Amino acid sequence: MDKELKFTWKDMLKYGVIAGVVAIYVILVGMVEAFNERYIIAETINLGQIALFSPVFLLAYFAANNARKIKSSLFAIITSIVVGLIGGAFVAGLLVLGTHMNLRAVFLNVSPELLDILHLGQEGMAGAIAANLIISATVGLLGGLFALMPHKWSNALLVGLSLVLLMGILQELMTITFGNKDWYKPIGEFIYAKKGLSWGGTALFLVLGIVLNLWRSSDKLRPGKKVAKLPRQQQMAVQIVAMLLGLAILLALPKFLGSYPSEILTTVGIYIIMGLGLNIVVGFAGLLDLGYVAFFAIGAYTVGILTTTGKLATVEWNFWMALPVAIFLAMMAGVLLGIPVLKMRGDYLAIVTLGFGEIIRVVVLSDWLKPYIGGAQGILQIPKPKIGNFVFKGPQQIYFLVLAGIIIVGYIAWRLRDARVGRAWKAMREDEDVAEAMGIHLVSTKLLAFATGAAFAGLAGAIFAAKLGSIFPHSFNLIVSINVLSLIIVGGIGSLPGVIVGALILVGLPELLREFADFRMLFYGALLVAMMLVKPEGFVPEKTHARELSEKEPFSSEIEPEAPARETI
Amino acid sequence: MLHKFMRKHDTTDIVMWLIGLGIFAAVIYGSYVTLFVTQKYEPSVWLDFTIFGLAQGSVYALIALGYTLVYGILFMINFAHGEVFTGGVFTAYFLAIAMADSGFIERHWILALLILMAVAMTVSVLVAVILERIAYRPLRGAPRLVPLITAIGASFFLQYTYRGIYGSGVKTYPDFPALDGKLNLFGREWPILTTQALVIVVSAIMMVFLYWYVQKTKAGKAMRAVAEDKEAAALMGIDVDRVIVNTFALGGAMAGVAGILYALLFKQVNAFMGFIPGIKAFTAAVLGGIGNVPGAMLGGLFLGIVESLGPSLILDGLGIPAPYQLKDAIAFTLLVLVLIFRPTGILGERLSEKKA
Repeated sequence: MDKELKFTWKDMLKYGVIAGVVAIYVILVGMVEAFNERYIIAETINLGQIALFSPVFLLAYFAANNARKIKSSLFAIITSIVVGLIGGAFVAGLLVLGTHMNLRAVFLNVSPELLDILHLGQEGMAGAIAANLIISATVGLLGGLFALMPHKWSNALLVGLSLVLLMGILQELMTITFGNKDWYKPIGEFIYAKKGLSWGGTALFLVLGIVLNLWRSSDKLRPGKKVAKLPRQQQMAVQIVAMLLGLAILLALPKFLGSYPSEILTTVGIYIIMGLGLNIVVGFAGLLDLGYVAFFAIGAYTVGILTTTGKLATVEWNFWMALPVAIFLAMMAGVLLGIPVLKMRGDYLAIVTLGFGEIIRVVVLSDWLKPYIGGAQGILQIPKPKIGNFVFKGPQQIYFLVLAGIIIVGYIAWRLRDARVGRAWKAMREDEDVAEAMGIHLVSTKLLAFATGAAFAGLAGAIFAAKLGSIFPHSFNLIVSINVLSLIIVGGIGSLPGVIVGALILVGLPELLREFADFRMLFYGALLVAMMLVKPEGFVPEKTHARELSEKEPFSSEIEPEAPARETI
Repeated sequence: MLHKFMRKHDTTDIVMWLIGLGIFAAVIYGSYVTLFVTQKYEPSVWLDFTIFGLAQGSVYALIALGYTLVYGILFMINFAHGEVFTGGVFTAYFLAIAMADSGFIERHWILALLILMAVAMTVSVLVAVILERIAYRPLRGAPRLVPLITAIGASFFLQYTYRGIYGSGVKTYPDFPALDGKLNLFGREWPILTTQALVIVVSAIMMVFLYWYVQKTKAGKAMRAVAEDKEAAALMGIDVDRVIVNTFALGGAMAGVAGILYALLFKQVNAFMGFIPGIKAFTAAVLGGIGNVPGAMLGGLFLGIVESLGPSLILDGLGIPAPYQLKDAIAFTLLVLVLIFRPTGILGERLSEKKA
């Protein structure tokens, strides 16, 4: 532990170098240029600049935070400035190198446009280097100041800044959605400039975020606490009213938001259904399934084959007749693929399920089954579902289908969680041998988890097929499984609200930021690693699982003779 | 009698054995039809298939060593090992292009190849070591699923990092004119392509080196000691962390060489190229018994041959059109079957439940 009490010039240097390397990484991977047109604040600050300088900010913050614990505040401030300077020097170095050498032969993104951005508005090279150093040092200083602030205030400021960022990103969507509504016009004119928030809007959201956060953390007016004090019957009444209110809002959403946001919401919703399913398999039962997309594909293809009126037409059922078949087949597939892996644990299970998923994808793509399921050309002309005269034709209508799916599936998952089988799943997750000794029948419990999860995915797949009207094998690759896994991990493994939060963050947000599409999987990957390192229980953790993850496994914790002491970061 | 049998075995076991028997029967029937009924292929074609299988199998074997070494010590699947492989060969590509443009490859192809291998090895080792330092070391002692999820995340992070930095297109590796055509040695032509012969020989050398390193050197001894019992090894004065870094570096070096050999064989690189070979190499490692070094080599060769012969031998006989499209399915089916029926692999030591 004595190592942690040191913070020398060498450490300062190290943080600076890390900041520089990360900044260079962000540049080379193409984020700065891709985000450069997305203005957040009044044509002055764009997302590219934020991406460029956030490594410096973060590392200056960490460095100052560590430095302040050992030495004076002044030292911490100096540290943060030095970190900023070093980071800036790295970027300036890249700029010089890029100007004089053809880096583009290797690093695709070092284009003249990028170098132009890195000049930060200065004409000459000397000016550009100076600008990089000065701005970087300033950003570093800000990071340092942030670290020195009282926790309460820095938290509130963080929320305010996030709100500003979010609203800046939302500009396009807001304009598309509400642009032609009378009530929105004055508001829009006030908060938004031509590109990005106006200064007034920035100030408004910053203050709003800060005030909201301070008010919330002051703990006086938590509605939950007030309700908890009421007698039981009134509590129920409050809950029911809240639920009805929520339902009413959800039902009104597509009409209010219009077509494009509804489209995003349906996509998020389909991922929520899948997430709830995988949450049962991975979260409740602890079986890491990487071939989950196979069940999604089975659901989609079943509906596709049974309902299509195109070239591959078979029985031309309507959606409602095909839906139970799709769910049933997905469930059977869950059981069938579950049987071979009954005896496997952990990592082997993950690899085998991954293998299953890939086998199914390869077979679907091959010429072998092409006459039946269309090969790479997929299945076209899948009719839209309808009830009476109401056709679920666009995203605004499919939304209701998805919503109904989420409510049903969410209810099932919620009831199963605390039911006998749910507790059996969790017991199995904690320790299979003990669970078996306690009289849990492992075979049926595991198969039930696989079957339930697969059925949910089948439902999601069926809705997916109806939503798109055509399906192609490339919609069902491993990425989907990884997306779903990421969202339940970010939300919190085993946590039901976590699935919804995770889907909104991981699926909803990227849809809003189209430049982001190229970096989506990059972020998911980084997020998986970062979550496991920093917050393995997720943002909306489930109680028992959080406890389990914070304990170390006895078998491996003994092995570490002196590892923790070597950690310097 | 049936009753007695049923009592002894689970229903699920019986189902599994039936599935296994079914697949076995399909394999036999398919091979029989191809070999004796349709007789579509000349015997020399089978030889070509086998040699190609050996060549790609030795690449798998080299990658598989990385899985096996890490698994032997940490009992974790380094899911991102395929990306360690990609990193080396993809970075070396740019050097290879430069060397081809300047005519260096034509003049000194052996030297060029050695330089490329050195570069690929360096980058792969770097990626592997950084990966260990950032993503795996802080998680030692965490529940088993945690490092696996980290590894999956790291795998995707690396794939898309390569894509972002080097671009998403498929790049063609430059030709080595000296390696064109059939092997000409000792005054006669052998029925094997020079590239394939080179791939097989180089990987054989690397494997012998690795075997020697693990068995005979002090560092290898430390590695085996840590694999056996970390605590005792630490008490004997072995720096466990350093041994683990060594292991990752060694796996990375093998993956770097494998990358260049892969590029010689298949001529193409892209940001996602490592994923499928990675899983196949893992299959090879499991086939041979994970944690077992000679096993990984054997498993790689076996998998390479099965994958190369399987489509024409088995699937063709079963009347499946365009069977070559399904070669990945064969490899993965083999993976699933091995994990179900013989998780300890061909040469595998019996790992305890905690490990396997």
